[in-house]
Amino acid sequence: MEKFNVLNGLVAPMDRANVDTDAIIPKQFLKSIKRSGFGPNLFDAWRYLDQGQPDKPNDNRLLNKDFVLNQPRYKGAQVLLARKNFGCGSSREHAPWALEDYGFRALIAPSFAEIFFSNCFKNGLLPIVLDESKVDRLFHEVLAFPGYRLEIDLERQIVTKPDGETLAFEIDPFRKYCLLNGLDDIGLTLRHAEKIRNFEDKRKLDQPWLFG
Amino acid sequence: MTPQTLYDKLWDSHVVHVEDDGTTLLYVDRHLVHEVTSPQAFEGLKLSRRKLWRISANVATADHNVPTTDRKLGISDAVSRLQVETLDANCREHGIVEFGMNDPRQGIVHVMGPEQGVILPGMTVVCGDSHTSTHGAFACLAFGIGTSEVEHALATQCLLQKKSRNMLVQVEGALPRGVTAKDLALAIIGRIGTAGGTGYALELGGGTLRALSMEGRMTLCNMAIEAGARAGIIAVDDTTIEYLKGRPYAPTGQMWSRAVDYWRTLTSDVHAKFDRVVQIDAGTIKPQVTWGTSPEMVVAIDDRVPDPDREKDGVRREGIERALVYMGLEPNTPMTAIRLDKVFIGSCTNSRIEDLRAAASMVRGKRVAPNIRLALVVPGSGLVKAQAEREGLDRIFRDSGFEWREPGCSMCLGMNEDQLQSGERCASTSNRNFEGRQGAGGRTHLVSPEMAAAAAIAGHFVDVRQWR
Ligand code: SF4
Repeated sequence: MEKFNVLNGLVAPMDRANVDTDAIIPKQFLKSIKRSGFGPNLFDAWRYLDQGQPDKPNDNRLLNKDFVLNQPRYKGAQVLLARKNFGCGSSREHAPWALEDYGFRALIAPSFAEIFFSNCFKNGLLPIVLDESKVDRLFHEVLAFPGYRLEIDLERQIVTKPDGETLAFEIDPFRKYCLLNGLDDIGLTLRHAEKIRNFEDKRKLDQPWLFG
Repeated sequence: MTPQTLYDKLWDSHVVHVEDDGTTLLYVDRHLVHEVTSPQAFEGLKLSRRKLWRISANVATADHNVPTTDRKLGISDAVSRLQVETLDANCREHGIVEFGMNDPRQGIVHVMGPEQGVILPGMTVVCGDSHTSTHGAFACLAFGIGTSEVEHALATQCLLQKKSRNMLVQVEGALPRGVTAKDLALAIIGRIGTAGGTGYALELGGGTLRALSMEGRMTLCNMAIEAGARAGIIAVDDTTIEYLKGRPYAPTGQMWSRAVDYWRTLTSDVHAKFDRVVQIDAGTIKPQVTWGTSPEMVVAIDDRVPDPDREKDGVRREGIERALVYMGLEPNTPMTAIRLDKVFIGSCTNSRIEDLRAAASMVRGKRVAPNIRLALVVPGSGLVKAQAEREGLDRIFRDSGFEWREPGCSMCLGMNEDQLQSGERCASTSNRNFEGRQGAGGRTHLVSPEMAAAAAIAGHFVDVRQWR
């Protein structure tokens, strides 16, 4: 997993509440048995005018000019600004894979759906929760100023706006530690292998029917 | 001792290790595996040369991609076929019990699990699928996970979790005739919203719940995730224990009695404190129909499509307008005036034997309306299908003009051939009405099996409380 430290990135606005993971990456792309290559199909149904397929090249497809990410001013965006309950619906990790593959490294919204939120951290993608009013302000500013960038400092837990104003955000210390160091959860957990085995042994005595 | 909620009890009994910030290593008793969210996890294990921690904790089935037509022909879509074959190969390689596409026990993972008795009270149950919340009906702490967590569970038999807050939805009173667990689920979501349960473990309790069958309870817990709660939970009672008795993987003999003694403790203590309580009077609930593109966009059948002009909040108004455009609906249209193109009875929400019986009772001796291009019944598992056939339900459906199919997820999300065409309108017993969920451009209305069946006959939505 890629380390996350300080990001200074162009911001793209996704101005809808309850964006679900079916919209982030439609079902036909879930047939893949790989982890990579989902970026070109991020928001597929909104982004293109025709229907995408897993085995169909995307280069010559018709773009929906009205879709926000197709506007030239947001090309290369690394920060996605979103509304409440972003990432609701299915548990598909293909959603953060697609966002990451597209080039996003951080997301900002008033709230995220839980499974999606947790999936982001496993993929070096930082979801930041800010007050609804602050997010609303950011939407206005992003729309008003082409080339709008934000600096996100994970260590200090601060988002800095172009005018110098800073917005603090919360993050679990454990998640922060893993993200800063690009650590893999499984390796960390296996440090507790002994504890897991002891727990399991006790459980076998208490509830033997679980181990039939 | 301070009184505990059921969630507290389940949580406490699975804690292996706690980090300074409260991040907890939680033990996983049961891991259900399906073809869509597992291949990258198995590949990850291979790349890091890790082994499965406890093979027997895992049970697998293929459900999302499988065709619902003649299985002898195999899977025609090459990409789907590869995914299902990859699951077969991974299960073979690691020695995981799998109910593959041609096994009579194959089915939607959340139907197959309880049916086999691999889901037992007091377990932590995880699966790379958000509707794992279904299994909370058995007083399990059951929740959906992503693929990285699937790999984590395979390799360590644990997951890193933060404890949620406690919410109780207490439902009292008898459900009126024609009103089902599905309507209750949709009414709860309409009331608290699709993010209302975010951050909470949602216990469902009260007299109404106690009177529900396990099938009804599974329908409710299944939809907890649509209310934003990763887990829905219902306490153990006689109904739970009765359901489990004699299931293939349930304990027997002395072990059974010991297990039952423990399971009986799986309820919230009388004075347990919840962070949030929502009271619902079951008697006031009417059959529900969604009109929009999020499960919270729901009204009663005798209501109308909402009018965005009456919404004051800007973001919400835009949401309503956008949903109405997508759904091709005019504000203020009576719900009963909405005509349909397809009807889908199935999915992990409503494809169990009780659902099929209820739907069949609505259509017996009647014909599907001519404007309905396809009315599909897809049983949740091979065993549900066989049971229904023993009861003659397949004949009732077929005689009425429904198609009777092989088990799987089918048109709940259309990863196989069962899909809506762009612009088609469907009454569906599934759980999500998101844009494109049942097929690109498809329009989904979520309803109960009774409502879907009656709509197929009438050709438009009808109030099943008045169904003869
Ligand atoms: S039936 Fe639908 S909701 Fe249930 S597991 Fe299958 S795809 Fe998911």
